[in-house]
Amino acid sequence: MRRRFKIAMGMRLAMPAAALFAVALFFAGSRFDRPVRASESDAVDYASPIEVLLSSDGARLYVLCQDSEEVRVLDAASYAVIKRIAVGRVPRGFALSPDGARLFVTNSWGDTLSVIDTRTLSVSATWTVGWEPSSVVVDRAGKHLFVANRIGNDVAVLNATTGAEEKRLAAGRGASYLTISPDGSRIYATHIYPNPPRVRTELDNRTAPESEITVIDAARAVVVDRIPLHAIAGVFHLAFSSDGRLGAVAEYHPKNLVPLAHLEHGGAFAYTLTIFGSDVGQPVEIPLDELERYAARPFGVAIAPDKSRIYVGCGGSEMVTVIDVPRLMSFLHARPHAQSVSYAWDLSASGNYVIARIPVGRDPRGVALSRDGRRLFVANRLDDTISVIDTRTNRVALTIELAGPKTLSVLRKGEQAFYTARYSFQGQIGCATCHIDSTFDGLTWDLEPDGFGRDIVDNKMLEGVKGTEPYKWNGGNPNIPTECGPRTEKYFWRSEQYDDLTLTDLSTYIRGLEPRPNRWKLPGREMTPAQERGLALFARGTDKFGKQIPEANRCSYCHSGPKGTNQKLFDVGTRKATDNSGMLKSAPLASIALTAPYLHDGSAHTLEEIWTVYNPEDKHGRTNDLTKDELNDLIEYLRTR
Amino acid sequence: MKKLLVAALLLFAAALALAAPPQMSRFRFENFTTANGLPDNHVYSVLVEGDRIWAGTDNGLGLYENGKWKTYTTNDGLAHRAVLSLALDKRTGDVWAGTMGGLSRISGGRIDTFTQLNSGLSNDVVYGVSIEGENVWVATAAGGCRLNTRTGQWTLYNERNTPMIEIWVYGVSATPSKVYFAVWGSGLLEYTQDTGKWDKYDDPDNENEIVLFKDQGLIHEIVTSVSFVDNIVWAATYFGASRYDGRYWHNFLTKDSGLPSNFINFIKGVDANRAWFCTDKGLAYYDGVNWAVYRPSLKDGKPEMTVRDAQGNVTPVAVSSAPAHNYVLGIDFQGDDIWVATAKGLSHGVHQKQ
Repeated sequence: MRRRFKIAMGMRLAMPAAALFAVALFFAGSRFDRPVRASESDAVDYASPIEVLLSSDGARLYVLCQDSEEVRVLDAASYAVIKRIAVGRVPRGFALSPDGARLFVTNSWGDTLSVIDTRTLSVSATWTVGWEPSSVVVDRAGKHLFVANRIGNDVAVLNATTGAEEKRLAAGRGASYLTISPDGSRIYATHIYPNPPRVRTELDNRTAPESEITVIDAARAVVVDRIPLHAIAGVFHLAFSSDGRLGAVAEYHPKNLVPLAHLEHGGAFAYTLTIFGSDVGQPVEIPLDELERYAARPFGVAIAPDKSRIYVGCGGSEMVTVIDVPRLMSFLHARPHAQSVSYAWDLSASGNYVIARIPVGRDPRGVALSRDGRRLFVANRLDDTISVIDTRTNRVALTIELAGPKTLSVLRKGEQAFYTARYSFQGQIGCATCHIDSTFDGLTWDLEPDGFGRDIVDNKMLEGVKGTEPYKWNGGNPNIPTECGPRTEKYFWRSEQYDDLTLTDLSTYIRGLEPRPNRWKLPGREMTPAQERGLALFARGTDKFGKQIPEANRCSYCHSGPKGTNQKLFDVGTRKATDNSGMLKSAPLASIALTAPYLHDGSAHTLEEIWTVYNPEDKHGRTNDLTKDELNDLIEYLRTR
Repeated sequence: MKKLLVAALLLFAAALALAAPPQMSRFRFENFTTANGLPDNHVYSVLVEGDRIWAGTDNGLGLYENGKWKTYTTNDGLAHRAVLSLALDKRTGDVWAGTMGGLSRISGGRIDTFTQLNSGLSNDVVYGVSIEGENVWVATAAGGCRLNTRTGQWTLYNERNTPMIEIWVYGVSATPSKVYFAVWGSGLLEYTQDTGKWDKYDDPDNENEIVLFKDQGLIHEIVTSVSFVDNIVWAATYFGASRYDGRYWHNFLTKDSGLPSNFINFIKGVDANRAWFCTDKGLAYYDGVNWAVYRPSLKDGKPEMTVRDAQGNVTPVAVSSAPAHNYVLGIDFQGDDIWVATAKGLSHGVHQKQ
């Protein structure tokens, strides 16, 4: 997600110039997708605060800045900067040790953990951890660190003194956020992509997503429970009341089994909290949205010390939603339930318990309450500010500027356009709703342009998308401006159009998304023996019987070039009765290991199934002559792409 | 005179000791069947996880906890109804189940399933599973394989990259130093982890069921189960059992040991000297010298326990209970207690103080 903004377009210094530039791009046609020249002098480092944390004595405010890759330490009274501490690549989460002496920071793209000595305010150690560490907590005894690894889909258990990894616990797909219960006995892990379906049904790729809260026994460091989150895809921060009796987790409830044509009727997403704990009995899913006002992309959650309020930072809606807990309890207790229940579809429900929606900055992420509960700090990632909300008045009392660049680059503007929901009807969705952190959502959708119930499509990864046009599975959109402009405005937003400048910003941002580091790749050009064997199979021109494989039936033909696509359309035999055509653009291979499900309609749950289930006639490459070990080798190679 | 008296007493005591049968563990068996909640009476495998007992049956995976049975089925995501093998990852608490339709991981109540279609698993018929660190070692009907749970990489072991002739792998026992595969018709395969080298142990008489020379090597090519503990290999075949210490073999047959049958489904070593043998004619325990057999009598079905000493003297021991059936398929330990999988129920052997 982090992008150093090194780009020749630089700042938008003058509106007329930018407008002219946009017009020029519009008429330039294919020239638009040419690489943009970058130079070091154009580098712009925004802070991009993503999480905030108060020291246990309340004297310091720690701000985790994703793009400047640092922790900024602020005086929590004056908000003056005490220290800027450089950490690793794309930091995503942080936590204090129980005694407050150490601050642990997960560096998500560097696969490291920075250990900061809070007395000296310097990094005392950097430990290598798992794949894309995203969050960290420390047990009360200070014995173990728990680190959620997004790509590893697990929670690593580390010795808190040495950093030595002891084991990994299977978590949800895209494990990302951790919370320790107030009594320290349990650790709760959430994940941003839905889990793979447990049971295959005849509905194949059209089943509701399933997510979970993974519950870990902190003392034994084993998974003891998984709280199911039905029909949820995208789960973020979780918070507890101080008595531990009330838990709340922020999540997305996609409505991807119906055609995405009913934004006017709330037909795309519900943004919800699942409320759980002994105060409510079985978990209850409550919507944050109301008619005409959506709470897009809920992320950070905090519960007031006196359990009177729940605060939810909503990134897409650029506000904090405030829930009155006694009112919520009245709402829930008036509807007794023996099993978990959802009110996600009820747009009148939130009127019973949402008491304020407080506008803050762009893409608000992490939130933190002062110990007395009077101040709520909100990290506005794309504004380089921290909103300080007075919880008695539910108003922003102060906005702390993090001294980022005063001018906005084209990329920054584009990123703001990507993450906001303001362009869609009633502010329901934004690009980042389905492309979580600029990636994907692991879901299949029924989009309107192809007809209701027709052309069910898997949502794709955006990183590395530049140079892989045409876009859409059927290759229907020639370039990113078409994909993100008229198509998106008409079929997704159903509201206002982007102005040319915004579309330019947005397209530039998307084109600049580079793939994250590939964890299956060895350093340099080195490969494991299995990967080497797989590459040979990928590149082969003859099958195992010595027969020449037609060029168009070789892996390396359709998936050629650095992005793994020759950008042409083929029929690989995967057409379903609901598909209008079998002609599909060869899919890019960048980060293919991460982006399950596969095939145009997401019917293959794993890479293996592309060939073991959906390639009976060898139309999707000649593979049926391969043994199982050879197919495994081919997949080992593909994972390095 | 006094010295003579002492010597006589000592001799008398020694004679008494020699005459008495060896003290072998006694159990009170509590048997579980479908009548008291077991998913199915045909129990292929059993696993003890602290106070929880997992039973792999022909019709689902049973979990016995707090006096109640819970059954996991294919509706919960289990790979297949027939659960042939079970293993516990002691570090994470995850349970791995080998089934007739793939491999399943049960973790915190969630079941993840790996099949030959959706993963790199070599074959859906999973006879054995063993956990070593972050690796899951699997015995299947088409070779052995290893899943690295950290990277997701599958590595297959078969006739193409090991000395395996047949690829029908019945059992696996994995440790950080060595991994052993019990191969039906292809002897015992040894994989040395740090060198990546394979060794193969065969019956010196090939598939001849007549043992020409005692303790010459592995007792038979049809190896059904293997257990590697304290650097000792315990191997079960359908024609006797073997113990291998890295240099010497010692074989066990009904004719020269306390084994109730040479047809052995499963073997589990306790340590270098002690092991349990699950046969088609009862459950046997060997303490390094003496044997005990626990079963319903082959004649009248009444509970039976016999003890065989080093001299081959067999002594019946009066008991009031026995495992649910003679056809024994698996065993696991819960402290001094044992849990026994049989063809007609699951048995909990509650250790009796003597």
